[in-house]
Amino acid sequence: MHKYLPHTEKDIEKMLERIGVSSMDDLFAEIPDALKGVDLDLPESLSEIELREHFERLASQNEPLVPFMGAGAYDHYTPSVIPYLLERQEFMTAYTPYQPEVSQGTLQYIFEYQTMITELTGMDVSNASMYDGATATAEAMFMAVKKKRKKVLVAATINPNVLNVLRTYAHPRGIEIVLVDEADGVFDKDDLAEKLDEDTAAFIVQTPNVYGIIESLEGVADKLQDNKSLFIINQDPSTLAYLKTPAEWGADIAVGDCQTLGVPLSYGGPYIGYMATTGKLMRQMPGRICGVTEDVEGKRAYVLTLQAREQHIRREKAKSNICSNQSLMALHVTIYLSLMGKKGLKEVQKTSYNHAHYLKSMLEKLPSFEDPFEKPFFKEFTLKTTLDPDRINQVLREKGYLGPLAQGRFAEEKKDLVTFAVTEKRTKEQMDEVIRILGAM
Amino acid sequence: MKTPKDLRYTETHEWVRIENGHAYIGITDYAQDQLGEIVFIELPEESDDLEKGEEFAAIESVKAASDVMAPVTGVVVAVNEALEESPELLNEDPYENWIVKIELEDESELEGLMSAEEYENMSKE
Repeated sequence: MHKYLPHTEKDIEKMLERIGVSSMDDLFAEIPDALKGVDLDLPESLSEIELREHFERLASQNEPLVPFMGAGAYDHYTPSVIPYLLERQEFMTAYTPYQPEVSQGTLQYIFEYQTMITELTGMDVSNASMYDGATATAEAMFMAVKKKRKKVLVAATINPNVLNVLRTYAHPRGIEIVLVDEADGVFDKDDLAEKLDEDTAAFIVQTPNVYGIIESLEGVADKLQDNKSLFIINQDPSTLAYLKTPAEWGADIAVGDCQTLGVPLSYGGPYIGYMATTGKLMRQMPGRICGVTEDVEGKRAYVLTLQAREQHIRREKAKSNICSNQSLMALHVTIYLSLMGKKGLKEVQKTSYNHAHYLKSMLEKLPSFEDPFEKPFFKEFTLKTTLDPDRINQVLREKGYLGPLAQGRFAEEKKDLVTFAVTEKRTKEQMDEVIRILGAM
Repeated sequence: MKTPKDLRYTETHEWVRIENGHAYIGITDYAQDQLGEIVFIELPEESDDLEKGEEFAAIESVKAASDVMAPVTGVVVAVNEALEESPELLNEDPYENWIVKIELEDESELEGLMSAEEYENMSKE
């Protein structure tokens, strides 16, 4: 018996007897033989010491580079109180509570999280969170699609990684994804008008976009509304400290990744997606919503207010299969936002903005870089370079830096474009060193 | 339980009323009573096609969520939008508050539906 498997032979026998099955093989009789008895070729189990050493050895292979790359994940600072609180066992080990009202603490932080998301986005309601920004965007697409409207327009300036997730989700449901062309680093409004038709369920746009450029969304909502199509905005929530909110642009659904709200990069996750919408669409929203009410004694109590579209009812008709949330990361974001407050969040973002604008202005002075777009940006910007982006990255990596995103990764015709991201964590010394290295190339 | 004589009924608890060549569709008194307090209805849109026996709307109550089936085939010409804001109207008067008004494709389909008497007998069982 292994210490992580608490059931003894006797326990198992008793359970089998209770449900009237004679052996484990009988219990799994449903599974085709071809799938059984697969030799997994697993190594011998390790002792705790060995296991720890094994993982430490693996971890030591990570290269602790200083990032100047963003493209959906940004190196913002995580105040040390967050991991301390997050690792409390009451939070760390808790899975979705099946009798949710017992877990008042969990419901409370989800409620606070939702409140902060609605404050940031200006939308009426937020759900309890989604797995990440890309899947939240795909779920928003599902909300919009109807029997007779299965075409979804997506701005070509969206992060290609998000677009790929959209495509993965769209295919089995017969949703047609049509790209709205880009022109000068932003999506082309004339092309949107041209492609908008009676089959169009929604238009999805990301701002700041894959180049870091802040898209102008003036007039888009009206056009979509006239056509009875929904307006879905994917926006980095940290930029909402300064930028116009999805609600102000007239969005029907706002989504994005909350990684930028102090969640560490962690080589790719866990991150957390947000989704907020209008009161009108509340019932179409996947996931759950926590609310606050009073108990029989008149004391404040948190409850699960709405989970209309979840798996438990009308499963075969459910638009979404999310019946949980990204709870621990929602707590992460909640603590971050409460620590920062309105002022702190602005300070972090303003510093990031200033750093990014400093780096760009200095790089532009080098003969090897120029701005092909000249559009407003936040903390991420794209330059055209005469240097080889792969070499830029190789040289920077040797000096301990994670270089800019080579847009050529996504499309051959963009092979001379590189996108830098700069956060409040980058020091002037680091930026100046990068400028020096690139200037010497 | 009310079962107006001039309507036609389905086994899935919808009713149809013919008025000036159009068909109005709603749910029965029995259906609203079984569902309990109705909190939301997902409506189709104008010009949607309804196909006999296929779902065209969904109703959620505090107790359950269920589909509303089309008793007849046709095209939606009007939707009772008041239900979006006040779905409880279906509880208050399920016969006055129709869900959709449709252009019937084939009037003979009505003959396959139940009379008030037949529906009452079925609901009693």
